[in-house]
Amino acid sequence: MSKTKASHDLVAKTEVPPALADNQRRHFLTRSASVAGTLATAGVAAGAATAAAQEVPAWMKAPGTPMRAYGTPSSYEKSVQRPSASGYASVSPATGSSRTPHQSLEGTITPSGLHFERHHNGVPDIDPSKHELLIHGLVNRPLMFNLATLSRYPMVSRTHFVECAGNSGGNSAAKPPQGTAGAIHGLASVSEWTGVPLSLLLNEAGLAGGAQWVIAEGADSAAMVRSVPLSKCMDDAMVALYQNGERVRPEQGYPMRLLLPGWEGNMNVKWLRRLKVADGPAHSKDETSKYTDLQPDGKARQFTFELGVKSIITFPSFGTKLDRRGLYELTGIAWSGAGRISRVEISEDAGKTWRDANLQGPIYSKSFTRFRLPWEWNGNAVVLQSRAIDEKGNVQPTRAAFVSQYVAGMNYHNHYIQSWAIAADGSISNVFA
Amino acid sequence: MSLPKKSISASLVTVMLVAGCATPDNTAPSAPTRGPNLGATPSAAQLAAMDTSITPNGAGLPAGSGTVAQGAKVYAAKCETCHGPKGVGKPADALVGGIGSLASGKPVRTVGSYWPYATTFFDYVRRAMPTNAPQTLSNDEVYAVTAYVLNLNGIVPESAVRNAQTLPQVKMPNRDGFIDYSKK
Repeated sequence: MSKTKASHDLVAKTEVPPALADNQRRHFLTRSASVAGTLATAGVAAGAATAAAQEVPAWMKAPGTPMRAYGTPSSYEKSVQRPSASGYASVSPATGSSRTPHQSLEGTITPSGLHFERHHNGVPDIDPSKHELLIHGLVNRPLMFNLATLSRYPMVSRTHFVECAGNSGGNSAAKPPQGTAGAIHGLASVSEWTGVPLSLLLNEAGLAGGAQWVIAEGADSAAMVRSVPLSKCMDDAMVALYQNGERVRPEQGYPMRLLLPGWEGNMNVKWLRRLKVADGPAHSKDETSKYTDLQPDGKARQFTFELGVKSIITFPSFGTKLDRRGLYELTGIAWSGAGRISRVEISEDAGKTWRDANLQGPIYSKSFTRFRLPWEWNGNAVVLQSRAIDEKGNVQPTRAAFVSQYVAGMNYHNHYIQSWAIAADGSISNVFA
Repeated sequence: MSLPKKSISASLVTVMLVAGCATPDNTAPSAPTRGPNLGATPSAAQLAAMDTSITPNGAGLPAGSGTVAQGAKVYAAKCETCHGPKGVGKPADALVGGIGSLASGKPVRTVGSYWPYATTFFDYVRRAMPTNAPQTLSNDEVYAVTAYVLNLNGIVPESAVRNAQTLPQVKMPNRDGFIDYSKK
């Protein structure tokens, strides 16, 4: 793999890009405001009365703006953005990724406009009246569907994460990248996806003898191809038509995408146009030369589909500075490709001792689970970690244990423990602990 | 009229059992199993146009052929801007080199050193390259540029001609370098 590509996929920079740093500074102000209350932005200590509080605010003395056809966030929240990067900016700027700013978000659902993006040659502008989905190969009768016909099928809604296999790859660099939770781990997002169970469509086509895999192809200008075991397609796979209640966003595969809950993002083929039932995998570019995990012995693991159990602390995390001692709510997100999160533990001493965080329900399978813990900071330097355990008993590994299995810098399928060091002055950095 | 007490209890139990199943489980096997059969039957021409899949044994490779010399011309015109002279890379991925490096501690992954199948290279170039004008190369051009890149890696001789018969016969250096984790 070329250095150029590697640095794209994993944001292997140890410095925060200037634009991102600005963004984080703005976010720091936002977060400080939410913690200390609006008084903080007025430059007044918490608890003190202000002159402003005694006046009727201007927005109470004049009519507000009228209704609008499609809403957007407050104009005061413009700093909440996806940072993006392209490894091929000079020749293919639409090949790259943008990342969900986890440190600025709460709850478990990612706003559709902040869902991470990973494009292999940009976002196609697909006219749904000219888009068709072909199911063929080892089937009794090939079938063509379009958005209109699929929209008349029975559907299911499922809340699931999608995570790029390259997520968190920056932490496999030799030095810890100094970036926010989103800059490092932002290639993972959660939506409520609604669509047609793929098993239903495959059953209508009728599986023929020898059917073992399904080759999925997208209608983008990379014509992305991935091979999926038939068993997954007959289990919880879906042709998703809706994301968070509205049609799937163009960046997420409009008018239809494959959704394979818990499996690496690249396989969840966007702009889905073709499903070929076959007796073996295609060994396409993205399942051989990319998304394979090279070991020190020169052999590479191929078809690592299910994503590992994982968690990150989103507050406190890089980009924030603790401005006082005392009580905070530590919080973050945990997820697993194997099922539900059953436990998240927190360490303040780089993994020597652990205590349980509180899990916020409902806990969905293969989705983000929000965890919280009242946390008292006494002003000492500490290293905060979270460790997730899923219902299958999988335990999130340490960085040392994970990276020892692979060549240096292996930037796929990374799900090891994230460590945030809080210095005595309240500043926060990413460390390998 | 009063219902027999037994039947009321029975229906209450049923209601409770059903309610008991309604856990917040978003992968519960509640998915519909029957559809309205609205799929259209594609014509033979539609199938042929859309089915561009190629397997490592060569199934699906189109007619056509290309030589190393022809590929050098295609490469200079369509590929070199991104992949550098003779496939050395920059700004896009290197296509050449690194053979034998994978277990060295300093692995260099290129088409030559890492890709297990030559058919995959043909397939990827045909569907996605060049990125500024994908799916504009003729099949002859794709065969030719495949032959050229294989030759740059020392995998086929300069006299090589690649076509649907010869391409699947190429054994890539890293053909046996992958461990199947699909069932782990």
